Amino acid sequence: MSETLILARRNLEHVRQIPEKLIDVTLQPLMFVLLFAFVFGGVIAVPDGDYKEYLIGGILVQTLAFGLMGPGVAIATDLGEGMIDRLRSLPIRRSSYLTGHIMAEMAATLLAIAVLSGAGLLVGWGIESSLPEAIGAYGLLVLFAFAMIWLGTLIGTMARSTDVVTGIAFMTVFPLTFLSNAFVPTESLPDGLRQVAEWNPISCVVAAVRTLFGNPTAIPGDAAWPLEHPVVASIGWCVLILAIVVPMTVRAFNRRTTD
Amino acid sequence: MYENLNDTTTDAGIRAEGLGKRFGDFTALEDLDLVVPKGSVLGLLGHNGAGKTTTIRILTTLSVPTTGSATVAGFDVISQGAEVRKRIGVAGQSATVDGLLTGRANLEMVGRLYGMSKKDAAERADELLNRLGLTDAADKLVKEYSGGMRRRADLAATLVSTPPVLFLDEPTTGLDPASRNDLWEVLREQVAEGVTVLLTTQYLEEADRLADEIVVLDHGKVAAAGSPSQLKQRVGGDRIEVTLADAADAGPAAEALAGFAENEVHSDPGQGLVTAPVRAGTRLVEVVRSLDAAGIDVTDVHRRDATLDDVFLSITSNPKVEAHS
Repeated sequence: MSETLILARRNLEHVRQIPEKLIDVTLQPLMFVLLFAFVFGGVIAVPDGDYKEYLIGGILVQTLAFGLMGPGVAIATDLGEGMIDRLRSLPIRRSSYLTGHIMAEMAATLLAIAVLSGAGLLVGWGIESSLPEAIGAYGLLVLFAFAMIWLGTLIGTMARSTDVVTGIAFMTVFPLTFLSNAFVPTESLPDGLRQVAEWNPISCVVAAVRTLFGNPTAIPGDAAWPLEHPVVASIGWCVLILAIVVPMTVRAFNRRTTD
Repeated sequence: MYENLNDTTTDAGIRAEGLGKRFGDFTALEDLDLVVPKGSVLGLLGHNGAGKTTTIRILTTLSVPTTGSATVAGFDVISQGAEVRKRIGVAGQSATVDGLLTGRANLEMVGRLYGMSKKDAAERADELLNRLGLTDAADKLVKEYSGGMRRRADLAATLVSTPPVLFLDEPTTGLDPASRNDLWEVLREQVAEGVTVLLTTQYLEEADRLADEIVVLDHGKVAAAGSPSQLKQRVGGDRIEVTLADAADAGPAAEALAGFAENEVHSDPGQGLVTAPVRAGTRLVEVVRSLDAAGIDVTDVHRRDATLDDVFLSITSNPKVEAHS
């Protein structure tokens, strides 16, 4: 455990040296809040409430989905340089390298959630549900972030360079978050795209977070099953992702660091 | 926990028997035997791709051998990797320090990972920064270091736990002569303290200066082995290299040089070059005189140290040199 903490501190130290590393969990989501709340928001109609209340759940999930980039780039960098050999030649458990990264990334995630909640309150978002439900919403966000960080760890372990990681992240996360209910209600989408959006795991997590915060969800009456049961379905998605990705990551990491 | 690691009762150096490593069809290392007694230095000499790094990776538990076995500080590198890692320091070829940490933070982190207290790790970092001349740069990010400083930081990280066995993969590649001398000095101090060292190099001169024993690797196989003086005897010391105005003079030039040569004279008519390993005390002016007396027109005559290529040349051109087995 102490090895994990020492290695997690190493990543936090990187942030202290290069604070720009936190842009993707602070300034970038804030920009999205301003852009959608005040620029695009006026033309997007949400059937059962205010757009700003609708928006924050979407941006929270989008930001955490992009959270896979941080560990991906950091691990690909270490594997590409000699750093991993230094750590491997030390008398420490090999797994503490991965757990250290994940712990540091979880800290960044908590920061992102705090910053976005604060920004949300400023633009008119609020928690309209009971305390246990609100805790559930934050718990689900943390679970989702955890799954995304593991996914990023897998990508970083398998990628040949950091460019590959950013490439994969943008190619997958951008379409997945925009082809969802994160920014617009799925009802407004044409047939075909609408079905994709409703089965998209991102939509399901966004809907669950909105439900638990008591925000407008704009789930159509005839929505696909995951959107009708968003909380259960989201937990299912996260558990499924973790069940697949964690063993794959451990295997890929062992293969990548054994010759 | 790390203080008592020097007290291994058995031979605490490095031993390898029949070590081999294949990557698919490619044989990186074949049938390597090594014995490095405690407190001595072994120089692993070879070009890129000769199997030097592979050897270090196996002995430092970073890579699993395909054949053979090895012990480091008395522990098996395959079955007792964790014990081996407690007792070694490794400086890899790509300097393995974190560019986004300061020199001091790098050393403190390594110390903490060895289980030192915060205070001990900080003291050890200070001590090593001072010893390797990095005190002024201690609080700068390593990515701002010059190549030489980065190497020194890497060596400092290697020394944090006072390991009884050190592995250095081409420690002076890319260093200017002054930094190279500094690094050699630090290594000599370590050896004087009883540390066992295995270092790889492409420079015969470096192996000669530092090593008690040299193993020459070529394409994964041992090409020659022995002490520096034994190797020098076979290879000869300094070289005199003559560049001919007319390549056709290669034969007569080789004859003229034979009088000064300690070993076989090598001529390369294609390049118009004749190279002779000369006896100690040979004066360049005498060489020039005798070439002149033979009526040979030369554009350049100079004296240089023997290189790794001369080693290979003398091994291949002189079958009497015993192959290591």
